[in-house]
Amino acid sequence: MSEVKKIATRASYGAALVELGKKHPDLVVLDADLAAATQTGVFKKAFPERHIDCGIAECNMAGVAAGIATTGRVPFFSTFAMFASGRAYEQVRNSIAYPQLNVKIGATHGGISVGEDGASHQCCEDFALMRVIPGMVVACPADDIEAKALVEAAYEHKGPVYMRFGRAAVPVINDNPDYKFELGKGIVLREGKDLTIIANGLCVAASLEAAEALARDGIDAKVINMHTIKPLDEELVIAAAKETGKVVTVEEHSIIGGLGGAVCEVLSEKCPVPVKRIGVRDVFGESGPAAALLKKYQLDGDGIYSQIREFLA
Amino acid sequence: MDKLELQKTANEVRKSIVTAVHAAASGHPGGSLSSAELYTYLYFEELNIDPKDPKKPDRDRFVLSKGHTAPGYYSVLAERGFFPKEDLKTLRHLGSYLQGHPDMKHIPGVDMSSGSLGQGISAAVGMALSAKLFGDDFRVYTLLGDGEIEEGQVWEASMLAGFRKLDNLVVIVDNNNLQIDGPIDEVNSPYPIDKKFEAFNFHVINVADGNDFDQLKAAFDEARSVKGMPTAIIMKTVKGKGVSFMENQVGWHGKAPNDEQYEQAMAELEKAGEALCQK
Repeated sequence: MSEVKKIATRASYGAALVELGKKHPDLVVLDADLAAATQTGVFKKAFPERHIDCGIAECNMAGVAAGIATTGRVPFFSTFAMFASGRAYEQVRNSIAYPQLNVKIGATHGGISVGEDGASHQCCEDFALMRVIPGMVVACPADDIEAKALVEAAYEHKGPVYMRFGRAAVPVINDNPDYKFELGKGIVLREGKDLTIIANGLCVAASLEAAEALARDGIDAKVINMHTIKPLDEELVIAAAKETGKVVTVEEHSIIGGLGGAVCEVLSEKCPVPVKRIGVRDVFGESGPAAALLKKYQLDGDGIYSQIREFLA
Repeated sequence: MDKLELQKTANEVRKSIVTAVHAAASGHPGGSLSSAELYTYLYFEELNIDPKDPKKPDRDRFVLSKGHTAPGYYSVLAERGFFPKEDLKTLRHLGSYLQGHPDMKHIPGVDMSSGSLGQGISAAVGMALSAKLFGDDFRVYTLLGDGEIEEGQVWEASMLAGFRKLDNLVVIVDNNNLQIDGPIDEVNSPYPIDKKFEAFNFHVINVADGNDFDQLKAAFDEARSVKGMPTAIIMKTVKGKGVSFMENQVGWHGKAPNDEQYEQAMAELEKAGEALCQK
């Protein structure tokens, strides 16, 4: 088997901004001293006059982005997920979301796959934090192709969008000619009748691996890539639950309040079926190589497979 | 407008503030009254705005960073014709567009939603920066409370404004010396305010009496002439100015007058208005 191409979605973010920047002269990018890490450095190089480094001051950056948006330009502000959704939470809520300003938040380094930096920088709460804000769109792409499509869709969407990207390189899984991205629309990647796995981010590729392993045991799993957590594709979630009778959610996020939480809210009200939430189990992360962490926290293919086997037992 | 007309207008704004807060039975009269001259000067002299076209692209922007003094802001907007004065009596009422704190989505003339202290100045910096990046020639003004500058975000924003040499930005600090828990120099003193803004690369103008139109005019004229750096106008004012029993009383930061107090306040303001008419 040939080596699968791997690209970090943060790199896709930077590359997509450069392409968008060429098309849209009103696009502005802001950073907080992390342009090298968020990979927006390429935008800075291409359009230095439209790149604003706010220094290490994320709360102000969020407010500055809001101010820029009031003048009709489209700001994308970038920093780590921890600071975008955590430190600047109230600025995002009050200065951006409450006035419904057209600000895009490019949050990189989400989840435990941040790796060696450890728990202080491993944000596993951002979906939950952002999802409760009225009018906020929350998305987490599975790979390079999806990340680029998301950035473009975020630009086209009028209103605030929170995009979570990852630090670690992840396999490209969407390189097929039929791939189509639409905010708020999940994508069925594999049909199956025994259960539905709903995943996002780097957990999509891992869930596909788990589904293959389940298939070897005679278990037929449907796999949905739910890149948009809010607005959630409720129709697809309910249809899948009706069809397969069991649902498993998989995300590189706390099992509280994220994709798993969103799916449970919908299903408990509209189609109650047994659900298993796979994710970070209400704990902080720790330092270590990304792959080793994903294995330890059972978010790799093997870990997801064995948790699903337990759920089905 | 000459000085006397401005004074008469500020007195009308004060009446509207007291009326709105009384009708709301809550709200913030103290800091609204201390800034009445400032609001009046901005909206009747300084700003390039058009009440008939509140969103005209080349308008000057104003961000009320100390958003709790919305009664003062709304009163001057109404006085200037952005919306009917009688609507001020719906302040803070269920269903009214006049929210407790400024809401840009629903209030004509409001350029930015605000109220959570320390955040408005960042938005103002963003507006000024956007103008610089794209070659717009509008100016941006933002009003902060002296207690508000205890917020760290104010200094994050100021650092960027100074570094970026935003000479299209004027930051005004209403130095009425009182915050909810007491005099600002007894709670967590931000003094010396002027030295702090100087250290953040602002051109600083101290206004000894921010309730005096001559001094305000001199300050804003000077600010217009400043190139290569933002301006901070630190204006000494009297909290609760114009209503004798509210002046310099910390208790009137966020409290509405009862019916009797309302009558007394309005009688004082009517009298002040009559005195101005006899000049």
